[in-house]
Amino acid sequence: MAAARPVELPSAVLERAERSEPNAELALRFFYYMSLMREVEERIERKLYRQGKIVGGVYVGRGQEAIPVGVGLTAEPEDVFFPSHRDLALFFIRGIHPRHIFAQYMGRVGGLTRGKDGNMHMGDLSRNIVAIISAMAASVPVAAGAALALKYKGTRNVAYVFFGDGATSRGDWHEGINLAAVQKVPLVLVCNNNQYAYSTPLEKQMACAHVADRAPGYGIPAEIVDGNDVFAIYEAARRAVAHARAGLGPYMIECKTFRMTGHSAHDAADYVPKHLWEEWAKKDPILRLERTLLERQWADSKTLEELRANIRAEVDEAVEWAERSPFPDPSELLDNVYETPPASSEK
Amino acid sequence: MEVTYLEAIRRGIWEEMERDPNVFLLGEDIGVYGGAFKITAGMLEHFGERRVIDTPLSESAIVGAAIGASLMGLRPIAEMQFADFISCAYDQIVNFAAKCRYRWGAAVPIVIRAPSGGGIHGGPFHSQNPEAWFAHVPGLKVVCPATAYDAKGLIKAAIRDNDPVIFFEHKALYRRIKEVIPDGDYTVPIGKARLDRQGTDLSIITYGAMLYVARDAADQLAEEGISVEIVDLRTVFPLDEETVLASVRKTSKAILLHEDTLSGGIGGEIAARIAEKAFEYLDGPIVRIAAPDTPIPFSPPLEEAFLPNAAKVVEKARWLARY
Ligand SMILES: Cc1ncc(C[n+]2csc(CCOP(=O)(O)OP(=O)(O)O)c2C)c(N)n1
Repeated sequence: MAAARPVELPSAVLERAERSEPNAELALRFFYYMSLMREVEERIERKLYRQGKIVGGVYVGRGQEAIPVGVGLTAEPEDVFFPSHRDLALFFIRGIHPRHIFAQYMGRVGGLTRGKDGNMHMGDLSRNIVAIISAMAASVPVAAGAALALKYKGTRNVAYVFFGDGATSRGDWHEGINLAAVQKVPLVLVCNNNQYAYSTPLEKQMACAHVADRAPGYGIPAEIVDGNDVFAIYEAARRAVAHARAGLGPYMIECKTFRMTGHSAHDAADYVPKHLWEEWAKKDPILRLERTLLERQWADSKTLEELRANIRAEVDEAVEWAERSPFPDPSELLDNVYETPPASSEK
Repeated sequence: MEVTYLEAIRRGIWEEMERDPNVFLLGEDIGVYGGAFKITAGMLEHFGERRVIDTPLSESAIVGAAIGASLMGLRPIAEMQFADFISCAYDQIVNFAAKCRYRWGAAVPIVIRAPSGGGIHGGPFHSQNPEAWFAHVPGLKVVCPATAYDAKGLIKAAIRDNDPVIFFEHKALYRRIKEVIPDGDYTVPIGKARLDRQGTDLSIITYGAMLYVARDAADQLAEEGISVEIVDLRTVFPLDEETVLASVRKTSKAILLHEDTLSGGIGGEIAARIAEKAFEYLDGPIVRIAAPDTPIPFSPPLEEAFLPNAAKVVEKARWLARY
């Protein structure tokens, strides 16, 4: 695909980044995390939600799994993730068990927010994941500040911020990337361009052809990558991280993909033309990865089936665990508004 | 040593930056220029570019970046050039900063400094008192110092606080207020009001620049034999209910005075708490004195009519004292 690279990259950085050969071990890690994300979200969206066991909305990254996985596996543990609502795999990559994800969606104390917030509004600072707020793009300036702090402290770490195409229309997105560029902070910007923001198609979102076209105006290098090709995403993310770690400032990758479901579980997405579903179903990132694994003989179909069976078992157990996790006690209502409760607060 | 309100804030920040290498500043024109009001004058030269960051003109990014840096363990102080522009960062403050601890246990120890208030002919966009916009948001602390002593002690407490604090500095006090304050380190607790003057006939509960209006009015009323107690809230949220109620229980009459406009102002909240918790002690109606519900006008006669002043307070206080 076309690449917009307005800022020349020092070749040493790129060469270092590009010297990676895909291998069986990495490909199988891709497979594990992408399949786990698909399985967990399928349970949430298509089983538990319909059974009435989920509290509130459900937003999944069906068809987009290659993005959090391909990008996420380029990170070191001390790098900081700012996931969007369609990047569940980032939580698994950081070692968070699916149990806590199900409990989060069910409003139980076993969730990452103990029932204080729902669905993808979760984070864990001990694992360097910052929770989104609902307002799209609000994470972008916050991630710029986190990246600034990583630089301030003299670390070699970077922050990664993920967002959809729609989010790039918000002022916070523009303010955040501009500040990040001016301050040259180590920030990797990852757009999952799934071509819809809720029901709004891209052409009603922006008058430029690509999200990546927005970056040059801020002096940020950007490239466009096939968002359903986990290997391509991984390579692009490695270039982005190398750039950021080298102290050259933010770098953007736009992953072209498609949201293979409604905006949320209540949305039948009738506004999406049928041919698009069919076209993109053929490009399913997990099926594509499977084909590569088999073609390169990195795995046989028996191994893949075993892996899938293990994931299903892991997920079965996680759902049971979450269902056993209690709802929070109403006595927790007033906890944690402040470090110390104000004297005048009503108990 | 005698210092201005402005210098007191400057010293507080300076000392905290010397004390804690994680404290840093970000905002518009705060470096080379030293800030629109010169609060950060000399800091770039002393602390360097790493810790005194001139940002683009982006209030939302300034606050957002402060939040992100605080999540990584730093203690940012973000400057709004004028409090009026804080609305550009509203979402970051009320939805991001205020809710992190409650939602997922993440502390956001940021300070947002905001020069507020009228009386300087700044007009509708350089004079507002937006404290009530934030005093409705659980998770935030909202501080409005009136004295130089409190300004220094509270900015230091705000910087050390592990929750987000909005620090409103009244522009009309910057150079007008001069006080002898202690050299060196001290803090003033957030969430604690101060009894500014003891009295027996009625209580004026106020904060910020209106403290001086209350003092003027109290001096005049004293000549008429009316003894006024003054409570300086210092922190408008969370409220120090105990100090307010103790004063009202003692004098049995309350005037709530603020420069912010009347409807939805802090005074309404305090009135409700007095009515709920000290009703039996009251010997007269709770009186609110505030700016009228209009934007802050520009031209001097209009602005003067807009701002509460000692004459208005004296008139209402006389009426209440006789009640
Ligand atoms: C500021 C704001 N406005 C509206 C919404 C409601 N909303 C939630 S997601 C969404 C669409 C987001 O689209 P995009 O950024 O492309 O991400 P996607 O959901 O496609 O991954 C909207 C309108 C919101 N969350 N935040």
